[in-house]
This record gives sequence, C-alpha cells and structure tokens, in this order.
Amino acid sequence: MEREASVKKAFSIIGKLLIVIFLFIEIYPIFWIFMSSLKSTQEFNLTASYALPAKLHFDNYVKAWYQGKMNIYFKNSAIVTIVSLFFIILFGTTSAFALTKMRWKLRDKVMKIFLSGIMIPTAVVLIPLYSMYKGANLLNTRLSLILTYIAFGLPLTVFLLRGYLTSLPDDMIEAAIIDGANIYQVFSRIVLPLMKTGIVTVAVIQFYFRWNDLIFSSTFISNTNMKTVQTGLLYFSDMYGNRDWGAIFACISISVLPTLIVYIFLNKMVIEGMTSGAIKG
Amino acid sequence: MDRVLSDKKAIILMVLPALIIFVSVVFIPVIWTFVYSFYSGMPGLKFQFTGFSNYINMWSNEQTMDAIKMNWKYILIVTPGQIGLGLLVSLMMYFSIKKYKTLCRTIVFIPTVLPTVAVAQMFAKMYEMVPNYGLINSLLNLVGLDQWIQPFLGQPNTAFAALCAMDVWTAIGFYTVIIYGALVDIPNELLEAARIDGASGVKLFTKIVLPMIRTIMITCLVFSFTGTIKLYESATALTKGGPGFATTSMTMNMYQNAFLYDEYGYASTVAILILIQCLLVTFLINMLSREKY
Repeated sequence: MEREASVKKAFSIIGKLLIVIFLFIEIYPIFWIFMSSLKSTQEFNLTASYALPAKLHFDNYVKAWYQGKMNIYFKNSAIVTIVSLFFIILFGTTSAFALTKMRWKLRDKVMKIFLSGIMIPTAVVLIPLYSMYKGANLLNTRLSLILTYIAFGLPLTVFLLRGYLTSLPDDMIEAAIIDGANIYQVFSRIVLPLMKTGIVTVAVIQFYFRWNDLIFSSTFISNTNMKTVQTGLLYFSDMYGNRDWGAIFACISISVLPTLIVYIFLNKMVIEGMTSGAIKG
Repeated sequence: MDRVLSDKKAIILMVLPALIIFVSVVFIPVIWTFVYSFYSGMPGLKFQFTGFSNYINMWSNEQTMDAIKMNWKYILIVTPGQIGLGLLVSLMMYFSIKKYKTLCRTIVFIPTVLPTVAVAQMFAKMYEMVPNYGLINSLLNLVGLDQWIQPFLGQPNTAFAALCAMDVWTAIGFYTVIIYGALVDIPNELLEAARIDGASGVKLFTKIVLPMIRTIMITCLVFSFTGTIKLYESATALTKGGPGFATTSMTMNMYQNAFLYDEYGYASTVAILILIQCLLVTFLINMLSREKY
C-alpha cells in the first residue's frame, strides 16, 4: 500500500514537471518576441538570440510604427474590425431572434442556409468574390473586407446566439406581449439585455477571427495605405525582415498586443466562446 | 400573441439584411465557383466552356497533385499531433495538478488567440540561420549540437517539419482545454468505483476515461481536420509554400492558379475538390464514429 502511494506521488511529480516544461514551451516564444523587440541591431549580430537585451531600445517601436507604417495598418485593421463587428452583432442578434423566437413559414429553411456557411472553406468563395469586388470597383477598399467579414461572421454568430436564445424561456416574451409590447420592444427591452453575455462572447471571438484574417485582406487589398496589420506585417517582413530584426520584432509585437490585451481581461469568455464554436458545431 | 410573433414586416427587417449579405458573399460565390470549374481561362481572357476537362486534367497536373500529397501528409501529421498532445496534456492536468488548474488552462490557451501571421513570423525568426542564428539554432549552439544547426526553412524536409511543428504548437492548447473540459465532466464516482475494482493506469484510461470522452474526441477530430485541410495562412506566412513547392497546400495551389496564372476555371476546380474532400471526410468521420458502438 505504501509503495503504491509513493509510486503515485512520483507520477504526480513527473506530471507536474512535464506540465511546467510544456507551459514554458508554449509561453517562452511570446516572451522572446517582446524581449527581442527591445534589442538594438548590433545585439542581434553580437549576442545569442536567447540573451536578454542589454538596454531597452524602444526605437524599434518608433521605426515599426512610422517607417513600417504600422500606424496606418493598425488604423485600417481597427476600422475594419470594429465596423464589421458592429454589423455582425446587429444583424446576428436580430436574425437569431427572428429565427428562434418568432413564428414564420420559411424559418427553418433560412436557418439551414445560415448554418451551411459554417462548413464552407474560404478557398471556395475567393475567386468569385475577387471578381465581384473587381467589377464593383471595391478592390483596395475597406468596404470589401467589411462585407466579407460580416458575411463570414454571421453563420457562427447566428448559431451561437440561437443557443443562448433557446435557453431563454418563452413565458417572458409572452408576458411582455400580453402587457402590450410590440415586437421591437420585446426585442430591445427584454431579449437584448438577457443576451448580453452571449453578445459579448460572440463579439470577442469575432474580434479574433477578423483581426487575425490574412487570406481575404491579402487578396482584396494591394494598396499599401489600405493594408491591415496582418498583411502589412507580412509585407514589411518581405521588404526589411532580414535587415532589421528589431523592427520586425516590434511589428510582430504590435500585431500580437491587442489580442493579448483582450485575452488578459476576458480570458474566461474567450476560452468559452472559441471552444463552443468547436464543441457545438 | 401570434400576430406579434409573426409580424411579417419585423421579420423582413430583422432577417433580410443578414440574409442578403450572407447569400451574396458566401452562397452565390459557392455556386459561381462550381460553374467556373467547367470553364478554362478567366473571364475576358480565353474563357471557354470545357466540360469536365479540368476535372480530368487535374490528375496529370503535377503541381496540384504535389499539393494534394503535401496537404494530406500535413493532415496526417498535424491532426494526430494536435489532438494527441492535447489529450496528453489534459490528462496530466487532470490527474497530477490540484492547485492552479484555472491558471494552467488560461496559459495553455494563449497561443490560440495569436494572429497566425504573427506566429508564423515569430517562428520564421526562431528557425532563422542567416544573417543571425534564430532562437533554435542559438540554443543548439548553446548545448553543443552544432552539427544540427541548419537553415530550417531553406530545405524541403525541414521546412515541412517546421511548418507542422508550428501548427501543432499553436493548437495544442485549444484541444487541451476542450478535452480537459470533458475530463472534468466525468463523474468522480465512476473513477472511484473503477479504482476500487482494481483498474488503474492504462486500463482506467482505455476502459473508463476514453469511452467517456469519445464524443468530444470525435468533435476535435472533425475540427482539426477541417482546419488542416484548409491550410493556407500559416504556410503562406511562414514559407510562402517553399522552398520550391515543398509546403504548398491545396488552397495555395488554387490561389496560385487563380491569381498567378490567371486560370480561374482550373483554380475553381481545385477549390471544388477541396470542398468535396472537406464534406466527404467530415461525413465519413461522423458515420464511422456512429457505427462502432
């Protein structure tokens, strides 16, 4: 019995050790990026790349922000992400409500159309979308990205919000209608406040998907002044990546920072939202 | 009641904007791609209806065949890697950690939220050899394994391995959290009862734990598969498909045919092929997993 306990203890210690090593492997590269972004150019040549910076060089960030045009890319990404998030939430909540709580004939069919979108690989729509935007003179505009992001954000949003709405009792809606509320009042005063958690969760995961997009932004945008952070980062790295390590590390840090900040504050919601997309899908 | 809940004007107002955008940006393009796949060339440039010839020519197109092979090799390595390691870590977390479980979960998940491009650029610098050693080559140098120092992204085999390693690194945390969630849901009495009956270690895992988390493992499998078959962003940002075509995926092959060679018709055929594989394998996984029990 005693021996069994000590074997168990040994296993538990080994397990703990392995987890610590694993966590280190998952975290250290990110730390390394931020650390390297503060090094001077000579340090990259003279010291090993795991060495800590001798002095904190914030010039790299100045260089990345202005010469690397991260200021422009950042603004573009922010605008595109925020505007599409707003419409994803607006259209997503209203249509999820009409598709779950309201009664009409084509309801299930329309629901199916939306849900079919979850499985569609982006590769399948890329060529027609490019032709469409080219024909409509929308290439190199923020609108092309916003439209695409809204459309690709909707299926998962409708799907997840439907989950929140079905768990919401009908009695409450019915009581409000008996009290004389019209459908818009029911939606805005009763359903919307109750969906708050769902809406924030959806907004957070959509933020990640849109902020992190590469395939659409690199296809529809070639004008440097319209590039987003991800395409801009890739462009900058092609142009200067080998010469100016400090600046490229600063660019990577700038691209990562918003995603980490959101995660630090809302990690529970992020984890729940991102995994529910997989579990329930 | 019904009058309010089936208010036609409200329904139209609430659903139509979303439906119009979704149908015109996702639904119609899918059909459009399907139609394009029977043409050759691109609109305005020798655009011709050619029937099934794209679907036939595809099999003798070396680049496309290489991309299919590479992509499937990638799937067969990365999907088991992501899920297997996710399972391993979640089991270690479940059985050997008492305190700090939430903290572990929070840290493990971090790579999942990072932009793919940033992660790829980060790994590109880690794998670097010229002009300076990147993190990995420096560490090899530190521990005296100088003979292993090499341009990881400059050689076909190591570039492919480097890509796989990166995409496993990024996703382990995601699957760890999902599987860990399923492990926590296993009723404690069940494990206790099995332990009293003498089950431990491997037996406890195969007889009790695995059947209990089976559904979630299948979900993970589908999710990882649909992610890996679409491989584009991470490979583009890490290696641009190179060296040569060593890391060119099916989606990248489609992209090159469309936007490099101006072959919209043929590229659409490749796109349809990706869609078919995606649907078929997902369907197969779901069918097989239902049949067994």
